[in-house]
Amino acid sequence: MTPLAQAPHGFLSPTGVEIAFLLVGLVTFGAALVTVTTRQLVHAALWLVVALGGLAVEYLLLTAEFIAWVQVLIYVGSVVVLLLFGLMLTKAPIGRSPDADSGNRWVALVVAVAAAAALVWVVVDAFRTTWINLDGAAAGSTKVTGASLFQNWVLPFEALSVLLLAALVGAIVLSRKAKAESAPPPVNGRAVTQSSPSVTGSGIHPIVQRAEKKTEKKTEQESEQEGAR
Amino acid sequence: MTTTTLAVLVPLLPFLGAAAGLLLGRTAPGFVRPLAVLPALAALALACTVAADQGGGQAVDAHTELTSTGSVPIELALHIDGFAALVAVLVAFVATCVQIYSTGYLRDDPRYPSYAALVSLFTSAMLLVVYSGDLIVLLVGWEVMGICSYFLVGHYWETPEARAASVKAFLVTKLGDVPFLIGLFALATDAGSFRITTVLATVANGGLHHPTLIGLLLLCGVAGKSAQFPLHTWLPDAMAGPTPVSALIHAATMVAAGVYFVARLLPVFEASAAVMVVLAVMGAVTMVGSALAALAQDDIKRVLAYSTIGQLGYMTGALAVGDRGAAVFHLLSHGAFKALLFLAAGVIIHAAGTNSLAVMSRTSGLRDRVPDAYWTMTVALLALAAIPPFSGFFSKESVLGAAEHVATGHTEHAPGSAGWIVLVAGLATALLTAAYATRLWLLTFRGRGAEAPDHGRQPRSMTVVLWVLAVPSLAFGGFAYRSLPDWFDGRTLTPTLTTSVLGTGLALVGGLVTYGAWQRTRALAARTPLGAVAAHSEADAGLVEAEVIAAHKPVFGDVAYAPDPADPGRLLLGPLYRHAAEGFHLDAVYDALFVRPVLAAATLVQFLDREVVDTYVRGAGALPRLLGAAVRRTQTGNVQTYVSALLAGTVVLAVAVLLVATGV
Amino acid sequence: MHLAYPAVLSALLFCTGLYGVLARRNAILVLMSVELMLNAVNLNLVAFDVWLSKTARDTLHSGQALTLFTIAIAAAEIGIGLAIVLAVYRNRGTSDIDRLRDTAEGHEDGTPPDEAADEKAEATA
Repeated sequence: MTPLAQAPHGFLSPTGVEIAFLLVGLVTFGAALVTVTTRQLVHAALWLVVALGGLAVEYLLLTAEFIAWVQVLIYVGSVVVLLLFGLMLTKAPIGRSPDADSGNRWVALVVAVAAAAALVWVVVDAFRTTWINLDGAAAGSTKVTGASLFQNWVLPFEALSVLLLAALVGAIVLSRKAKAESAPPPVNGRAVTQSSPSVTGSGIHPIVQRAEKKTEKKTEQESEQEGAR
Repeated sequence: MTTTTLAVLVPLLPFLGAAAGLLLGRTAPGFVRPLAVLPALAALALACTVAADQGGGQAVDAHTELTSTGSVPIELALHIDGFAALVAVLVAFVATCVQIYSTGYLRDDPRYPSYAALVSLFTSAMLLVVYSGDLIVLLVGWEVMGICSYFLVGHYWETPEARAASVKAFLVTKLGDVPFLIGLFALATDAGSFRITTVLATVANGGLHHPTLIGLLLLCGVAGKSAQFPLHTWLPDAMAGPTPVSALIHAATMVAAGVYFVARLLPVFEASAAVMVVLAVMGAVTMVGSALAALAQDDIKRVLAYSTIGQLGYMTGALAVGDRGAAVFHLLSHGAFKALLFLAAGVIIHAAGTNSLAVMSRTSGLRDRVPDAYWTMTVALLALAAIPPFSGFFSKESVLGAAEHVATGHTEHAPGSAGWIVLVAGLATALLTAAYATRLWLLTFRGRGAEAPDHGRQPRSMTVVLWVLAVPSLAFGGFAYRSLPDWFDGRTLTPTLTTSVLGTGLALVGGLVTYGAWQRTRALAARTPLGAVAAHSEADAGLVEAEVIAAHKPVFGDVAYAPDPADPGRLLLGPLYRHAAEGFHLDAVYDALFVRPVLAAATLVQFLDREVVDTYVRGAGALPRLLGAAVRRTQTGNVQTYVSALLAGTVVLAVAVLLVATGV
Repeated sequence: MHLAYPAVLSALLFCTGLYGVLARRNAILVLMSVELMLNAVNLNLVAFDVWLSKTARDTLHSGQALTLFTIAIAAAEIGIGLAIVLAVYRNRGTSDIDRLRDTAEGHEDGTPPDEAADEKAEATA
């Protein structure tokens, strides 16, 4: 694209960084593929960890250090843990479950492959000669990112904290019992379960209650983390 | 005050009375009676003053143009000549009598306030017609009368007869009014003005281009309003209204308007000999046919209704021979005695508890119960039958004299054939009129059988009015025939010897023949009992009348007919009787000509709407329904399917955009 | 480094996530696939941010800032999403997306309003 960046580097002139990027990218892509195709649900979550971790490495290779660590902290540290909790609370089967994919998978495959083909074609066509110069100071060091975030992006950042608060409230509201409004105010959340005969499998409710609290706590933690940043 | 101001006040006072009556009717019932009577009385006084001021001399003309209306100007104009002044006096007089009579007749009626206000409005509209010097302003009064007659005839709207009669009266008169309106426009286009004086001046200069067409169009409206053949059928049915309304419609206002209109614009009609002949034929058919029909009616009010049509036929005949003086003379005297006849009939119906002549002929002592009605009605019937010296004699003789005048060769105003038609028909009608007047009198007051029920004296407001009206019925013609020519065109109204002898002789013959027939048939009456007496005889007269009108059809099977073998009319008419009772089946003809085609067309339209139009509508609904049923199958409820379709579409669109953008 | 590498990787990851969203039956696996898609976008943002900041065309580091925002929003999303999935599971005893078909044609009879609300929430998640 830019003639200046274009001149010293040919189309196929792999550098060390590029080779590392390609290898990690392959691992990431492979882990992602396994995530969406495996029949063992817990394995899917674990492969997701690999994919997200791989992406963190890619961020490092792109000299965006802060993003990489945030990626590790939030995604690998909390999101995947949350997902595992979710799997546990919905009694996801351990081991191979033959019905992990819905009947829609062939349609999904066609759509995904078509989208991939279109996207890759467009991206390669547009950026095949564009070169990123990774020499010099890191583009995404904590200092640079922090300065940028709190100089230029303060207002959106504060708006984001409001959004997180809304998400927190929303999660709490969703996790409460639907009958809680019509029934007399419960002493604790568990008291309400007796008055909801429509609920299937009432035995899981204690766990659900606990899980809700944890979910809320997690969300709070996340928002705190965001705020700390 | 000038004569113009007084003349403006004459129609204005009843109008204001009507408005005030409608506004105050519910809140202040105590004011309703004064508000009904006083404006009419004041209008009468003012009309008399105007008539005295005018005095038959130069016509009073005044006009003002409120706003420019584009092409032909419409002005608020007064044109008061001798005709207008005297007719206005008659209208105000009859309206006052009717209003006073109504206070007694409808004294317990809950709808009296609106009734009185409508009568006032009716009077005001007629006075507007009489005084107006502009044809459009005249038309306004003309149509206001139409709608008022609709409301008043339908006063007892609880009964189906009254509802049907009011709708019929409105529709039939409107049937004539549409051509009338077109005729007015044609006339004004030719004359360049709606002013009556301008129109008459144009006619005098020969400026009218289509006199026959205009005359015939205008005649349609006149026939509808004045109940002339073939548009007379609404009038007998209009008897379903209260008796005072009948008196008002028949004597002074509605039906008089048509005759008065022709009298006002007579030169327009005279411009075409064909129109005059049509007018003569119309009058002749009307008077003979209605007199025959009157001889066969069982309802006392329907007899009077048909007699009104016949007397209007006389007036039309007088106009057809070009003598509007005679026509308006007969209008005036007829107004007095016909109002008297109706008001007396109202008293009789109340006293007898029935409107059926067949039942009255089986009741004795009715004349002792209502002596006022008996004597005044006798006077009025003698006037109707044109027995000298009652006023009907002079006015009718003036008509017959005018017809003879034309028939014997004085054809400067009208064709000789018109004269002969009117003369022959008039003489025949004189015979028939005397016959049905005698029949009415004999059957009502000479009945034999059970004693009439005693309800005590009639209200004074009703009986006094009868005597007041009896005076002009008795004496108006004899005193007026010498002085009236000064008010009118100046042509003599004195009876001629030939027609007087002929007419009176025929009338006497008719009366005597009927008496003879009655003598033969009255023996039968005792053998065939008939009876229909209203349940609430003690109630006020209006309620009794409403009940008897509603009861006639269930008892006798028809509103106009009773299966009475003792009816002298049956003997006189022979096989014609049944047809005459039905009004010569004209209603059936209208039914076949207009009602059934309209109903058939309505059925056709309904069929087209239901089968043709609705098919498209249903088709328009069915196609989306089918498509919808097809699309419904995709509504699986599986979110993944939806998102797949959404994203597939997105990819396709994105690729398409790319291909277009890169020009591949 | 060529920009095409991270861009292509991002596209492939995105489409993998797409496939997962469309093909997985378990709602939590669908959420994982959504995370994959979000991460693909993040990678794209970071790569372009690095390229543009190095060529001094963008001095605001908007790509990295947006990435941080995306991560925060993704965290919120996963919290809300899991809450919804748990609510659905509590009411229905299942978290399989293709068994939640109350909006299917001919299924109007007697769906309690709270379940319908859950359905709607599920569809938006």
